[in-house]
Amino acid sequence: MFRKQECVAMLLAGGQGSRLYVLTRDIAKPAVPYGGKYRIIDFPLSNCINSGIETVGVLTQYQPLVLNDYIGSGQPWDLDRIDAGVHVLPPYQGSEGGGWYKGTANAIYQNMTFIERYDPEYVLVLSGDHIYKMDYSDMIAFHRQNGADCTIAVIEVEMSEASRFGILNTEPDGTIYEFDEKPKEPKSNLASMGIYVFNWKKLRQYLTSDEQDPKSQNDFGKNVLPAMLNAGEKMMAYRFEGYWKDVGTIDSLWEANMDLLDPRVPMDLDDPNWRIYSRNPGLPPHFTGEGATIQNSLISEGGNIFGHVDFSVLFPGVTVESGAEVRDSIIMPGAVVRRGAKVQYAIVAENAVIGEDAVVGARPEDCSGDGSWGVTVVAAGVRIGAHSKVPPKAMIDTDMEGGAVL
Amino acid sequence: MRKQNALGLLFSNMYDDSLREMTALRAFGSIPFGGRYRLIDFPLSNMVNAGISKVGIITKNNYQSLMDHIGSGKAWDLSRKNEGLYFLPPYSGGDQMYAGRISSLMSIVPFLRNSREEYVIMSDCHVVGNIDYERLLQAHIESGADITVGYRRGAVPRLPDALCLQLAKDGMVKDIRLGDFSGEEECCFGLGLYVVRRERLLQLTVEAASHSRMEFERDVLQRRLGSLRIMGYGVPEYTAVIYSLDSYFRAHMEFLQSDVRNALFPVHRPVYTKVRDCSPALYGLRAEVGNSLVADGVTIEGTVRNSIVFRDAHIGRNTHIENCVIMQGSLVGEKSELNCVVLDKDVAIRAGRTLRGYESYPMFIAKGSVV
Repeated sequence: MFRKQECVAMLLAGGQGSRLYVLTRDIAKPAVPYGGKYRIIDFPLSNCINSGIETVGVLTQYQPLVLNDYIGSGQPWDLDRIDAGVHVLPPYQGSEGGGWYKGTANAIYQNMTFIERYDPEYVLVLSGDHIYKMDYSDMIAFHRQNGADCTIAVIEVEMSEASRFGILNTEPDGTIYEFDEKPKEPKSNLASMGIYVFNWKKLRQYLTSDEQDPKSQNDFGKNVLPAMLNAGEKMMAYRFEGYWKDVGTIDSLWEANMDLLDPRVPMDLDDPNWRIYSRNPGLPPHFTGEGATIQNSLISEGGNIFGHVDFSVLFPGVTVESGAEVRDSIIMPGAVVRRGAKVQYAIVAENAVIGEDAVVGARPEDCSGDGSWGVTVVAAGVRIGAHSKVPPKAMIDTDMEGGAVL
Repeated sequence: MRKQNALGLLFSNMYDDSLREMTALRAFGSIPFGGRYRLIDFPLSNMVNAGISKVGIITKNNYQSLMDHIGSGKAWDLSRKNEGLYFLPPYSGGDQMYAGRISSLMSIVPFLRNSREEYVIMSDCHVVGNIDYERLLQAHIESGADITVGYRRGAVPRLPDALCLQLAKDGMVKDIRLGDFSGEEECCFGLGLYVVRRERLLQLTVEAASHSRMEFERDVLQRRLGSLRIMGYGVPEYTAVIYSLDSYFRAHMEFLQSDVRNALFPVHRPVYTKVRDCSPALYGLRAEVGNSLVADGVTIEGTVRNSIVFRDAHIGRNTHIENCVIMQGSLVGEKSELNCVVLDKDVAIRAGRTLRGYESYPMFIAKGSVV
C-alpha cells in the first residue's frame, strides 16, 4: 500500500532533442550539461523537491544510460524515499500492447498504474527542456482555487517573438479560450511553458479516450489539450514571472549559459532557499595557476586553469593550459584545451581535447555578416589535432587532424 | 575492490589542545581543510578506498559539527545495510568520559566484541594524506606483528607527546620515546596510525585498563615493547601533520603545489566529503587570481594570490589577498589587504581593513568574528 500523494509529477525526458545535434548524440536532452556543474534535469527535479512534490516519474526513451545513472536513487535531490521519490519509467512490454512511447500523452497513459498507486488529486506534467526556478505548489494552489480541470503555466514574451511559441489566448480572468501554435498574427503574448497541472481523474479520462482514437498523435499539445478545450473543460493560464529559458537549440543553450554571467539576469543559482541540486563529482577546488587570467566566468571544481578565460562557463575537471584562450565559450566536464589553443564562441562537450595551437570558432565581428557565423560545437570525446582550425558554426563529431576531418 | 577483513576506528578528538583556536567549537577531525574538506575526510576516505566497510568514529566533545558533516555516512558510501558508519560518542558503552586512548577503547569494548573483522586499523585525524591502507594492512599481516605503527621519517611535529621510534633493519621497533622532540633534526615519528588484530586489541585494552593505565602509547606500546612484536610501517605517500596553527598554514601553502595535490588526489583514490550544492565559483570582471585554489560557491571580485578560498566565501573589489586561508562563508569587503591570515568560517572583514601575519606566525581570526 502506497501513501497517498496530493500531487505526482511526471517528467517527460524521453525526447531526443535533435536540435542540439551532436550534443545529444549519445545522451538524452535532459542529461545535457548546463551552468558549470548541472544537467538540465536538475532544474525540474530541484523545483519539485523545493515545491514539496516528492513523487516524480521520469519518462525515458531516447539514449537513457547517462540519464538513468545520473538520476540513480535520487539521493542528490533528496528524492530517495520509502515509496515516494524519483522513479525512472522506461517503455515496457505489457500483456496487451505497450512498447515505445508514441507521444507525450501516450507516455503518461502507459504509466497510469504508476500514478494510480499514489491516488493523487493532481498530476503535474513537466519537460526537461527549460532552465527556470518555479514553485509548483503556488501553481497547484492557483489551480485548486480556480476549480480548474487543467492549468497551463504561461510566460509573457515579446509580441514580436510570440510567433515562435505556442500561444494561449485567455479571458481577462485567465480562462483559456484558444490555443494558437506558432501563430503568424498572435493575439496574445502568453507563451505556454510546457508545464501542466491536471485533475488526475479528468486527465485519466482524456488519456483513455485519446488512446482509443487511432488518428491521434497521442500528444498533449496537439491532441489532449485541444480535446479538453473543445469539450468545455475549465482550463486556466497561470502566469509565471521570472527567468525561463528554452535550451533546446545550440544557440539557446549557449545563451542560457552566458546569462549566468550577466548580473542583470535574475537567475541566482546560490539562493539558500531554492537550491539547485546536482550529482556532485567530488573533486578538489579548482586551481588557478600563476599567469592565468580569468574574468567574468564561472569555474567549477577540479579544474586546472593556466591560460586565459573570459566570459566563459567551465565545468568540473576542465584543463586550460598556459597560453590557451577560452572566450565566450562553454567547456563541459573533463575537456582539455591545450597550450596556445584558441576557443571562441564554442561549446566543447565532455572530455573533448582541443590540441595545441588549434583554433575553434570565431568572433562574430571577425566574420562577414552573411550568416556564416554561429556557435561552434565539438562533440563529447572528440580530439581536435594540433594546429587544426574549426570554423564558426561547425559541428565536429569525429576526430580532426590538421584541419581535415579524419 | 574486495571487501577487507578489517574494521576502521577513527579518533576525532586527539590533539584538540594543540590547535585550541580551531577546536574551541569543533572536534579536531572537523577542522576545515583544503577548500572543501574536513581533516577527518582523509583517513575516512583512506579506509573506504581500502575496501573497509565498517568504521567507528570515536568522539569526546564538541562533536556536533562532526556529526553534521558525517551525517549517515552516505558521502563516503558508508550508509550501508550491513556495517557502515558508527558514531561512538562518550558514554555510548560505559559511564565514563574518555581520558586517553585506552579509556576510549574501553568504552567501546562491546562494539569491538560484536564486530567480526579480524583486524582493526586505528587512525587519528591530524594527518593529511592519501595513504594506501590496503598496503599497510598487507604489511601488517605479512610481518606477523602484534601491532604495526605507521610512521614518517623527518622533523618531529612539535607535540608534547610525540612518538619517536627506533627501528631495526627489518622494521621491528627497538625503542620508543614519548615527548617533545621537535628540536631534533629528524627521526621516525608515529602518525597515530596503528594496525592490530581485533582480539589482541581487546585483550591489551582490558589488561591496561585493569591496571588503570589509560595511555595506549605509554602503557601499551612503550611498556609492552619487550613482550610484543611491534613493527614500523614507513608511510610512503605524501603526508602533512597538523599540530598547530603554523603547521596548518604551512600544509595549505604546500597544498598549492601541483605535485602535492596530485599525491593527495590520485584518480583512483578520491577523497570524499559532504556535498553542499553550491554553484560554480564566479570570477568578476576585475578578478585577478594566481596560484590559488578556489572552491565552488566562491565569488571573487578582487585579487587573490597564493591562497585557498573555501566554499561560499566572497572576496570584494580592490581587495588584495595573499598567502591566506579563507574558510567557508567568510566575506572580505572592498579595499582590504590581507597577508598570511587564516580566516575561520563566517568571518566578516569590513571594507578598508589591513591584516597581516607572518609565514612563521600567521594571524588567525576566529569563527564568526567581525573585523
